[in-house]
Amino acid sequence: MNSLPVDLLLLSIATPLVAALAISLGAPLRLAKGIAAVAFAVPALIALFLWSSFAGAPSHATYAFYTVYNTGLQAIGIHLSLGLNGISLPLFVLAGIVGLAAGLYAIQSNAERLKTYLVLLLIMQGGLMGVFASVDIFFFYFFHELALIPTFIMVGIWGGKDRNYAAMKMTIYLTAGAMLSLIGLIALYYKSGANSFDLIALRSALLEHGLAAGVQKYIFGLLMFGFGILVSLWPFHTWAPLGYGAAPSSAAMLHAGVLKKFGLYGLVQIALPLLPLGVVEWARPLALLAVVGNLLVIGFITIAQRDLKQMVGYSSVMHMGYAFLGLATFSVAGAGGVVLMMVAHGFSVALLFLLSTSIYHRTQTFDMMEMGGLAQKAPVLAAFFVVATMASIGLPGFANFWGELTIFVAAWKFSPLLTALSVTGVVVSAIYGLRSAARVFFGPQTEAFAKVAAAKPVTDLTLCEKLPALILIAALFFVGFWPKSISTQLNSALEVIYHPAPAVQAPAVTAK
Amino acid sequence: MSHLELLNAAASNHWKAILPELLLGCLALFLLVLEIALPKKQHGVIPAVAIVGQIGILLGLLLKLYPSFSGQDTFSGLLHHSANGQFMRAFFLLSSIFVCILGTIALAKQKMPRIEFFNIVLVVSAAMMLLAQSNNFILLFVALETVTVGFYILVSYFRTNPLSLEAGLKYLITGALSSGLLLFGIVLLYGVAGNTTLPGSSIHSMDFTALHTFLAANPNNFLASLGIVLVLSGVAFKIGAVPFQIWIPDVYQGAPTPVTAFLAVASKAAGFSILLILTQGAFQPYAHLTTAVLSIMAAATILFGNIAALTQQNVKRLIGLSGVSHAGYLLIGVVAASVLPANLAGQAIGAIYFYLFAYLLASFAVFGVMTHLAGSNDADQELEHYANLGKTHPFLGAVLAIGLGSLAGIPPLAGFMGKLLIFVAAFKAGLHGLLLVAIIGVVISIYYYFGWIKAAFFETWSAPLLEDEATPRPGRTSVGLVAKVMLGSLAVATVVLGFYQGSLGVWLLNR
Repeated sequence: MNSLPVDLLLLSIATPLVAALAISLGAPLRLAKGIAAVAFAVPALIALFLWSSFAGAPSHATYAFYTVYNTGLQAIGIHLSLGLNGISLPLFVLAGIVGLAAGLYAIQSNAERLKTYLVLLLIMQGGLMGVFASVDIFFFYFFHELALIPTFIMVGIWGGKDRNYAAMKMTIYLTAGAMLSLIGLIALYYKSGANSFDLIALRSALLEHGLAAGVQKYIFGLLMFGFGILVSLWPFHTWAPLGYGAAPSSAAMLHAGVLKKFGLYGLVQIALPLLPLGVVEWARPLALLAVVGNLLVIGFITIAQRDLKQMVGYSSVMHMGYAFLGLATFSVAGAGGVVLMMVAHGFSVALLFLLSTSIYHRTQTFDMMEMGGLAQKAPVLAAFFVVATMASIGLPGFANFWGELTIFVAAWKFSPLLTALSVTGVVVSAIYGLRSAARVFFGPQTEAFAKVAAAKPVTDLTLCEKLPALILIAALFFVGFWPKSISTQLNSALEVIYHPAPAVQAPAVTAK
Repeated sequence: MSHLELLNAAASNHWKAILPELLLGCLALFLLVLEIALPKKQHGVIPAVAIVGQIGILLGLLLKLYPSFSGQDTFSGLLHHSANGQFMRAFFLLSSIFVCILGTIALAKQKMPRIEFFNIVLVVSAAMMLLAQSNNFILLFVALETVTVGFYILVSYFRTNPLSLEAGLKYLITGALSSGLLLFGIVLLYGVAGNTTLPGSSIHSMDFTALHTFLAANPNNFLASLGIVLVLSGVAFKIGAVPFQIWIPDVYQGAPTPVTAFLAVASKAAGFSILLILTQGAFQPYAHLTTAVLSIMAAATILFGNIAALTQQNVKRLIGLSGVSHAGYLLIGVVAASVLPANLAGQAIGAIYFYLFAYLLASFAVFGVMTHLAGSNDADQELEHYANLGKTHPFLGAVLAIGLGSLAGIPPLAGFMGKLLIFVAAFKAGLHGLLLVAIIGVVISIYYYFGWIKAAFFETWSAPLLEDEATPRPGRTSVGLVAKVMLGSLAVATVVLGFYQGSLGVWLLNR
């Protein structure tokens, strides 16, 4: 099935892990930085190369570059099977690019104990590439956890205020979510009768003999809440703003930008197509939690934030509401919109975290009330931040716009009322987004900031900071102006795996 | 017994079948000879002889140099040799090697006679190896008592330390009680199965095969049920399952750290190998009873262990109580193995073995770090002594993190795979309630395992020391070469087994 001479997917997972090993075995700092830079660049380049050659590659049940390795657990149907389809491909590219940006930002950051920091980031990066390259749902889970553990440690060691509390809270919440979804996946594996964790085998087994509605309902419930906790579904979101507020920037970029998408990806790729009757049961409560909880309640909470990083954290919780709404519509358009939005949000939130840390280095505070007038001293930083804010609000020309638009179109058929409510979310995000830009960069300089600026002259973004930011901005514009680069393959994959379920079930899901 | 009968009985005495155990026994005696023969200055080589000798015996086992009697009964049916038995033999040998290495480090901090420690460890290990192959209550009891008596001495080995003595006394009393329960159960079973008015009765009812025949012919006998419950209770003491866990915190805290490790790993594994032999063999006709009893125990054990561990500040108590919860997860596997049909039960047993092996690797990694951090007062090992371990001893810190992560069941470490295999088996057996309890347990356990990691890595504020004030925590031993190799390979094996189970996974799951 694999037309490539080397298994690039395996290489993209292994390179960061091997680099992590090499650094932890005692490479000197300069060499470690070099190794890390290469190891972050390799997965990104592989991702771009695979993306460009995806259309021509031979595919196996929608998966291109499909390879299977035995790891010793084949007796219970666990194989390391790697491959990419139209759904995972954009996310794989997202993981590669955000990883590169986060890695470059970390290398220039001069954090304390930088080598350990890089080792943990590299392990995280290896896990992230694995999550989206896995066809086997066990390894999909496995790689997620591999990427998750370093996050806790990074929050605990390099975190900001309340790091101990934040790390502990994050760990307990996310472990609970992961455990629920693990049980859901085991249930799916066992009840399907496929005796395999391979997604392709699961799908064909379930096409042959579907599961009873009751079974689908409880498995979908497990997956929805398990994955939901990981994606900060309201009211299980409280770990997210706290954790992101405390996390060091690169960890927050990778977690909020990429790793958090794991849950949504699991729902799009696994839960929705395999458990159509379960979706029917859960669609309405899910949509309600998403719109009322994530979009409206969290939206207003976001407006009230003074701490810049917490505000970005809350905004990322809020934007997950759109994604859950799109999933609840249970349609090709809705799921496609969700994937587009995941990619766009991944780039924009990573950019926002990166820039907030750069702002912090200049103002020595995250409190937006104690900043002001930064634009005169750092015009490039200001421009970048405004771009990131615009993207995050979902202005046309940015990737986020297409995702949200598609979700709204799909949601209108599902429930006009909820759609109308969720569109107000755009206004809410415009309020907090623009207000934060105004407070930080424009207006008069506050006294507190003047003191800081007097102590240490404020400079604009350095070249090392600009580079990762530019990578992310370029990606945002690229997808914004040419969404077709993602959507063609995405659509064809969704058409295959959501068939025939949507046609059968669509009337039943539509709410009054 | 006539001469001929004796000859017949002795005909199946294939001494070669227990060659590893015999070699261990000889090694133990050889250590005593060395102690007498060598001048006092050279006594330092004796632990090395013990360790190297055991490694040799283990290699022989792994390379299959000993004659194989797999699938056969020897010694008139006292022993039954099987692949499972071989696995447990290797398991016990491996743990006793690690205990000896930890012993050399821990004993160096005490003014204690050295040689007896290794001697007793070797004898106890040999008894455990026999236990894992027993096919008769007589042998089972004798082997188990050898283990228990050995542990009475080992637990109170640091005899100048009051806590060690207290632990020894507590272990003696509860151990004697559990032996009593076990023996009473055995006697009840022997008596009722020898009742000639009942179908399937036998005069050889100590034998598991005969007992199985009898139990199958009398599915609802009250005395037999009582006997089974009593035997299970006796075994539950060894594995520390609720409600027989009460001795664990005090004994684990008072016992020398290597002995605590021995108790936590090998003694627990011995309990589980007995449990598997009994529930899969003799007690199998009473599966409804054993599953009911063990299910309740499993749920209570998981919840008790995890909740009680939450508030512990002493790491030895903490790991003891967390070990209680591990016994609970393993019990789920035992229940699953008895519920599932034969072809799937093999996978559940494989899952238990994998879990035990992962538990061995992780536990010895953690105990290894604990041994290095312990001061001269071995019972005094608090969480706060771990402050800044990640900075002062990055190697020990990394090993500790990997070991604790594996115990907590965090992927990609071996402990996670063990839990996964147990969960899959439990799901196949339809044990949804127990699974729910297990998940709650895992989430609770994150709190205290993570708290320990936090203590070692995350910076916390502590009052600056006065000028002439010494650090309140005991000094940390620097890591010697042997310990470094041992801890390093434990950590590497834990990581590798999480990613790649290879032929071990194939062997455990294809049965």
